[in-house]
Amino acid sequence: MIDIKNLVHRYTIWESDTKKSKKTVLDDVTLDISPGQLVAILGPNGSGKSTLAKHLNVLLLPDEGTVWIDGKDTKDAKALWDIRSTVGMVFQNPDNQIVGTSVEEDVAFGPENKNLPSTLIQEKVADSLRAVGLLHKRKSSPFRLSGGQKQRVAIAGALAGTPRCIVLDEPTAMLDPAARKEVIHVIHKLNKEAGITIVLITHHTDEVVGADKIILMNQGHIIQEGTPKEVFDNFELLKKVKMDVPQVTELAWNLARQGIPIKTPVLTEEQFVTEMMRIYEDGKNREDC
Amino acid sequence: MMRIERLGFTYSKNTVDECRVLEDISFHIQEGEFIGLIGSSGSGKTTLIKHLNGLLKADSGAVYFQGQNIYDKGYVLSKLRKEVGLVFQYPEHQLFGRTVLADVCFGPQNLGMSKEEAEKSARDCLELVGINESYYHTSPFELSGGQKRCVAIAGILAMQPKILVMDEPAAGLDPETKHMIFDLVEEIRKKRNIAIVLVSHHMEDVAYYANKVLVLHQGRLVLTGEPEEVFTKTEFLREIGMDVPQITSVTEKLMKEGFPMVNPAITVKEAEERILKVFRERGGAE
Repeated sequence: MIDIKNLVHRYTIWESDTKKSKKTVLDDVTLDISPGQLVAILGPNGSGKSTLAKHLNVLLLPDEGTVWIDGKDTKDAKALWDIRSTVGMVFQNPDNQIVGTSVEEDVAFGPENKNLPSTLIQEKVADSLRAVGLLHKRKSSPFRLSGGQKQRVAIAGALAGTPRCIVLDEPTAMLDPAARKEVIHVIHKLNKEAGITIVLITHHTDEVVGADKIILMNQGHIIQEGTPKEVFDNFELLKKVKMDVPQVTELAWNLARQGIPIKTPVLTEEQFVTEMMRIYEDGKNREDC
Repeated sequence: MMRIERLGFTYSKNTVDECRVLEDISFHIQEGEFIGLIGSSGSGKTTLIKHLNGLLKADSGAVYFQGQNIYDKGYVLSKLRKEVGLVFQYPEHQLFGRTVLADVCFGPQNLGMSKEEAEKSARDCLELVGINESYYHTSPFELSGGQKRCVAIAGILAMQPKILVMDEPAAGLDPETKHMIFDLVEEIRKKRNIAIVLVSHHMEDVAYYANKVLVLHQGRLVLTGEPEEVFTKTEFLREIGMDVPQITSVTEKLMKEGFPMVNPAITVKEAEERILKVFRERGGAE
């Protein structure tokens, strides 16, 4: 689906009116994402996550290396619109990406721009809104929705372009806990039920434990790639790049270090409770003997 | 230091869009307190904090600052705005100075400090937030996101407020920058004995830093207390659409399974200590 080879990206920095220099923000990034995967990208501010995301639907072009989306080179100008309809984007702030005066008008913006017949547009809009659970709000003003709902409208807008992949750049950063859950739930549903490939950029580690693959970035490099279990097992590396881990993961590590025989990494609350109770019951049985 | 009494507020009063946002809110803010204000989107948090420095005027109730009602005739609101510093969401969007130093000097100078005083205050505050002298004469727009936010916070601190109110100061920041900013605020609180009001959606952060928590729901204060008291009311919080720290949720589940802990924990450290205590005590009994 997404195939990236030795991607390099440099920004121009103007040090004064005439003097400029280059800053490398992506340095030799190679990455392969298969269709239907849910991939999370983690990393500190400035590590190159958003720059990478922008290469996926040709908002940026490589300085070196190549990005293929579905076999098409992003440098090929003829493939531009094909690639953009393959990959949909959702950004952090829902207020900055809503254009319509009603929810359905907003979602229709993409397909209308493609000059599709109006019956088809209506169908696409209804399907997209149904997929994010907002069909009943189709006539509402998007500005009267909650933050979580607005972000779901943005996702519906991306869906209306019938993409096979959606890239979400910190879609939950501005949302409250309930809204975050709403959005993450919709993202997982689209991945599982519609088979849409998802690339999710986030700072919230609790949102990535359900991913198929986690990519850890730092200073323009991919420093680790693996299943959540593999990535969260590397305590030293995560601490080194100052990433947070879910609280249960941290607690399990701390306990293990104090000699409690808990199997790390622990990723979910359920796993923690099961592990803890196993150790507790074991000890009790031994006492009884 | 500040007392809010039975405050109520309606948006767009006497129009079709009329909307009661705050109802019967009472609490106080004391020197050195770290208050966490939580509530789901639309619960009235941002509206409430806009009352703390008189940006909005309540239509019922009163706000007393150092014993004086700020709604009294002749009360000078600009003085209050110097004492109560408000850091909005994404404060870096409000940077506008030509240089970092000029930007931070703007607030205090605007509120009547002399140029020298303002500059001294600005330098102190920039040092506090970890922006060193080499940045003073660069444009604030050339800084990284985290640095910009630090400069914006310094701009408020330079007015030397007695209460610092912050609306989601960590939104969009990576964990490291977030902890840096929170630790810094905590340090400033201790150093200057100012009060902090932190509005946040992140229960983990509120549980870790605050010593008093206010919960807003549909415009009313529904719960007030120490973090321990508030976050262990997990069922109530979930009912009103709020979350609890993951650590509270998981320790609660453990207890339900019969793990002998007295109370759910609200920080990782607390959970660790309590779990270790259970095993240690049993070890001792053997």
